[in-house]
Amino acid sequence: MPEWLLPIVAPFVVLNVVVGIVTYVTLLERKFAARMQSRIGPYRVGPHGLLQPIADAIKLMMKEDIVPDAADRPVYNLAPIVFLVPCMLIFATIPFAPGLGVADLNIGILFFLAISAMEIVGLFMAGWGSNNKYALLSAMRAVNQIISYDLPFIFSALTPVLLTGSLRLSDIAAAQDGLWFIFYPVLGQLAFILFIISTVAAENRAPFDILEAESELVAGFRVEYSGMKFALIQLGEYAHILGTSFLGALLFLGAWSGPGPEWLGPAWFLLKAMFIFLLVTWVRWSFVRIRVDQILALSWKALLPMTLLLLIATAFVVVWSGNGIA
Amino acid sequence: MTPEQANTLIGERFTTAQIEGKTPLVVTLPVEQWLAFAQFAKDDLRCRFFSFLTAVDWKDLGLEVVVKIDNVDDNLSMLMKTRLGPSVSVCPSLTPLYRGANWMEREAFEMFGIQFEGHPDLRHLLLTDDWEGYPLLKSYAVDTPHPPYR
Amino acid sequence: MSPAARVELDYTGSERLTMNMGPQHPSAHGVFRAVLTLEGETVINVDAVIGYLHRCHEKLAETLTYAQYPSIASKTDYVAAMTSEFAYVRAAETIGKIDVPKRAQYLRVMVAELQRVASHLLWLGTWCMDMGGALGGGATIFLYTIRERELILDLFEALVGARLLYGFFQVGGVRYDLPAGWAATCRETVDLLEQRIGEYERMLEDNPFFMARAEGVGVISRDLAEDVGISGPLLRGSGVAYDLRRADQYSAYEDFDFRVPVESSGDCFARYQVRMVEFRESLKIVRQVLDKLPEGPVSSRPGLKSVAQTRIPKGEAYVRVEGPRGEVGCYLIADGSAKPYRMKWRGASFSNLAVLPHIIPGHKVSDVVAIMGSVDPVFGEVDR
Repeated sequence: MPEWLLPIVAPFVVLNVVVGIVTYVTLLERKFAARMQSRIGPYRVGPHGLLQPIADAIKLMMKEDIVPDAADRPVYNLAPIVFLVPCMLIFATIPFAPGLGVADLNIGILFFLAISAMEIVGLFMAGWGSNNKYALLSAMRAVNQIISYDLPFIFSALTPVLLTGSLRLSDIAAAQDGLWFIFYPVLGQLAFILFIISTVAAENRAPFDILEAESELVAGFRVEYSGMKFALIQLGEYAHILGTSFLGALLFLGAWSGPGPEWLGPAWFLLKAMFIFLLVTWVRWSFVRIRVDQILALSWKALLPMTLLLLIATAFVVVWSGNGIA
Repeated sequence: MTPEQANTLIGERFTTAQIEGKTPLVVTLPVEQWLAFAQFAKDDLRCRFFSFLTAVDWKDLGLEVVVKIDNVDDNLSMLMKTRLGPSVSVCPSLTPLYRGANWMEREAFEMFGIQFEGHPDLRHLLLTDDWEGYPLLKSYAVDTPHPPYR
Repeated sequence: MSPAARVELDYTGSERLTMNMGPQHPSAHGVFRAVLTLEGETVINVDAVIGYLHRCHEKLAETLTYAQYPSIASKTDYVAAMTSEFAYVRAAETIGKIDVPKRAQYLRVMVAELQRVASHLLWLGTWCMDMGGALGGGATIFLYTIRERELILDLFEALVGARLLYGFFQVGGVRYDLPAGWAATCRETVDLLEQRIGEYERMLEDNPFFMARAEGVGVISRDLAEDVGISGPLLRGSGVAYDLRRADQYSAYEDFDFRVPVESSGDCFARYQVRMVEFRESLKIVRQVLDKLPEGPVSSRPGLKSVAQTRIPKGEAYVRVEGPRGEVGCYLIADGSAKPYRMKWRGASFSNLAVLPHIIPGHKVSDVVAIMGSVDPVFGEVDR
């Protein structure tokens, strides 16, 4: 492939694959949740509901786009895009196999974490531009919550970085050839648990989904969106969840390493990402949500000190046993 | 506090009250002693549980306000009644004494037209604010046409 | 679009926001409008607007005979229709001094207790759904409890023919007798329910999120409880040991052995605990009824043939029943004809809801739904 064509083809392929996986991940979640609630889930559309996401996508495209009369037009219309773009950009730095990725930056994980925090802007634009008190309340909560949980998220993601000694994502994946970081004694497990908690909160998944709490705020910041704009917001949300699942699989579960030939690597990666996604979904469908002040208390009083201490402990361990563990 | 003891205590303090029954103890008073009796029942008879307040339209005899209060510890229940008299529709409000009377009196106001003096916030409860007429009066026929059809 | 449809973000004074938890809302438990005044996330004031479901029961009762109204009475507390009918029918019987045969009394107790279990199952499901979201952990518990409630509704369907609004009670007794095989199915259902309720308790009480949402939230002091007139699990959760089944000893309840749970902390968790114990005690009572059910007629006035037979002599009575939500009462004034002169419904949820403006200020917005769920209003009773 000519050198100048690669930066055009690779993102195109990755984006399409990601969108495809995201739509089917919604079906996976619905079936999984249904089985947990002793029912079946989508069943009629296509064999075992396999065409359900396609039907949903077509339906959303055909819906009327209703814009509230008093909404702030530019902000309201731009918000889904500003929300979606960072959620898609995070897939840029993830290597799906050794050498197979869009842009394997040498500050890969820093880019990931920084960009994923940018979705707050889109979220707040959606809440403000809707000119709706519910949306505004939800947007205020969102800013509070996502900012509070991004810090433990970053610190728990930095533990594998310290253990590897590099910010490049493919280095971190390669460093787990011998031992996956989740199996690393004490530090690995703790980091994984704290990572999962912070992710669930930073992505507004239950039990921390206070900002879209249907029973209080009736869909929160999304309440005034319909049709394709709503689809974009949903897409962004699930893409973000998927992205952090991939990140978790890469940081802790060894990315593409698994038994079998080399070319099976991406399949193993997908499988591990699905494992983390299902873990998060399992938590979502089991717990009631906690109040916003309790969420913030959990972050600032519990998670942040714990992740900081974990980081310091990891630093000690790295220095003690010579530079570079793996 | 048995019903007999309550009977005696009420008879001593309120000589114009007619007492009958046991469970509930039905006390009929003139409207001037309404508040005083409620205070007495709350403090001395320890009837602190406010069950309900309602009104009855006795056509020519006028309206009657009925209140039920209970003493939950001694299982004493008491029904206070007062006849307001023909074409009188003013009654002192029990809301300062019992917070539960708030909504009950609002409902009696909108259904019977009784003005409760001393009620902090007397407005319609169940019906819309611009409803004309008082539905539970006997003069308000069941099929009275009312145009809230906007 | 009319100007009235614009949403004004009005800030009055120190950054206060007036927000409507409007009649259409996923956790309004019916049609209920709470105008909240918020300062940030804290609620400063609640103005409860009710009346969206007002169907003029009291005026209607003056136009229907004593035989016609019991089927309508179920529409007040439509979630616990059996106890609603119970109050009216007993009021008419008290005034007319009509005897109810023993078998009918036992059947009444049994359906009332089964209804209590069904109503509490719905309460648990909707409360958890309010706290957890229709797309989240709350919905899981909701679907489980609804699945259990369906078992009870199947029993009622076999007995009466209706699932939600029955016409089971009539003045003088009950309308139907138990069909063949019903008692055996009932026993199986009761055993299954007891086991499942244990599962829900473990699922919820081991969960720190649930405890964080329920403990210390919505505390109703004993003083406020009695002053406003709340009843049922709310009153017993605030430390007042008052259960009408014990206080009034109606309809052969004195023949059965059951415990009345009382908790003193007055918060949502206390009310939850009271209701969870009530589940088990109701199932205990149902078992006892099935064991001791006597033979005999099911009504002392079966098959009324003419309006003249429905006359109740002059008199008045206030009769109350311990419904799942509290004291459901009927103040009936009879004037010797076939229709009441005046009937007043004392709805349990009406008084229970009146406590909201006193306890909500100071809590956060999320607590509003948790408190409303634990108060468990049914708007048929509130608005009548």
